[in-house]
Amino acid sequence: MAETIEMDDRTIAIGKNHKLFDVERIRADFPILHQRIHGKPLAYLDNAATSQKPKVVIDAISHYYQAQNANIHRGVYYLSEVATQAYEQARECVRSFLNAASTEEIIFTRGATEGINLVAHSYGRRFIQQGDEVIITTMDHHSNIVPWQILCEEKGAQLRVVPIDDHGELMMDEYASLLSAKTKLVAFGHISNSLGTINPIEKIIQMAHQVGAVVVVDGAQAAPHTPIDVQALDVDFYAFSGHKVFGPTGIGALYGKEKWLDAMPPYQGGGDMIKSVTLEKTIYNDLPYKFEAGTPHISGGIAMAKALDYVGQIGYPQIEAYENDLLNCATEALQKVDGLRIVGTAQHKASVVSFVLESVHPHDVGTILDREGIAIRTGHHCTQPVMDRFHIPATSRASFAFYNTKEEIDRLVEALHKVVRMFQ
Amino acid sequence: MDTDLRDLYQEIILDHNKNPKNFHKLDPASHSAEGYNPLCGDKINVYLQVEDGKIVDIGFEGSGCAISKASASVMTTIVKNKTVEEVKALFEKFKGLVTGKVEPDMLELGKLAVFAGVRDYPSRAKCATLSWHTVMAALNSKEEQAIVSTE
Repeated sequence: MAETIEMDDRTIAIGKNHKLFDVERIRADFPILHQRIHGKPLAYLDNAATSQKPKVVIDAISHYYQAQNANIHRGVYYLSEVATQAYEQARECVRSFLNAASTEEIIFTRGATEGINLVAHSYGRRFIQQGDEVIITTMDHHSNIVPWQILCEEKGAQLRVVPIDDHGELMMDEYASLLSAKTKLVAFGHISNSLGTINPIEKIIQMAHQVGAVVVVDGAQAAPHTPIDVQALDVDFYAFSGHKVFGPTGIGALYGKEKWLDAMPPYQGGGDMIKSVTLEKTIYNDLPYKFEAGTPHISGGIAMAKALDYVGQIGYPQIEAYENDLLNCATEALQKVDGLRIVGTAQHKASVVSFVLESVHPHDVGTILDREGIAIRTGHHCTQPVMDRFHIPATSRASFAFYNTKEEIDRLVEALHKVVRMFQ
Repeated sequence: MDTDLRDLYQEIILDHNKNPKNFHKLDPASHSAEGYNPLCGDKINVYLQVEDGKIVDIGFEGSGCAISKASASVMTTIVKNKTVEEVKALFEKFKGLVTGKVEPDMLELGKLAVFAGVRDYPSRAKCATLSWHTVMAALNSKEEQAIVSTE
């Protein structure tokens, strides 16, 4: 029983099962966190941009190149079989992470951006026609806007945009009124990277399916914070990036329903995506390999699977509860800073806090905080339409992972007081 | 405040940020340009009145960080009444100062020397040079309105 255990403020009992969340023990798994920047302990608060990697992930990359490296799906020799098996085990791990029906529905990509581009390029070019409509939202990341703009321009289709309200929530009535028989595809982010808004994903998908549209979800921000079940969601495509969920950069995965992947033409041509090639005709490989041309990022796939395992061992209920505690603590403390306004005040939020300071530009905030050892992101966060919506050029953004602490939030707030004093 | 931060945010820079000089539109203007830094979203419009190869008046508008705003403000006070050629030469020296590529002659740079601290913050050099790039775009443009980006 958690009640009988002596706790300090770094060890808190969370959830119905009172599993202990020991942040110090988790921090010990992340070598990069234990360094000083400009003489101060690093407070890494830019997790929405990329997350840090636990030692098991770093070791998996090193182990692969020291003991397993060979090209996959080709060799009949031992090493190639070991590498192939490790890579395909990683695919099974991603399948389990997303609760997909089959590994044939899991395509390794370079990241969420490539996953979305794959759908726009392959599904979009085959199935979107002139006069069709594609729906996106104001809060989407540029990577979930630009591919659809390119597609619509090429096809003569119309891009429709769901607006957001002053809290940074999607205006669902407006969404309902945009949906029609012309709507062929709806693309949106599960969680907003600049506002932290957790979108009502089930409802958005259901409403799209009622008019027969397919749904593409950008899950880059969701994967590190919340469990994903693509079958329960009945989502058509779901993309995420390894590096945002404590894995390496340059690797990610796209889930697609088998019936769509079967009907889609390949994304890129090359080795591994074919069954046979003659100079007259090529027969494409089965799923998922049809969409994986060329030698992939093998060590990346294997190490990403280690990261997903790591997250699974901590457990999403524990992560969500701890991060929610950090979010509430940060929100409350930041509101007390003179002239600070939080941008993005949705009812359901991930641990992301964007803010602006009266008369201090985010870039100046970022530079001054850096000298305190605090890493935050400043700028438009690849969401310029969100900045336009709120009539601001940029924000400062602190985004938290399960290895962040309340002490780091205290340091952030203290440093912001310093910024305010300096610019008085 | 830390001394190294004070090297960047010198009092004169904070003053110019709060109360920028020549912070207005010129109408009419013989030359103008819009400058944009996509990294941080800084936007600036520069207006020039050039007569016989000499900048006789200058104004600017826009939004940006303290470094970019103060740099624009100081720049307007310095280029006024200088010839186009003198301004171009000065810009080269200023670029060298903020990127740390050359050891500048502080006497020659005058008031611009307060931006020497920027060289320790490589990501901020573009903030300091945005207004200068915009002036160069305006001077080099044949059309009425030019657009320049730091990228």
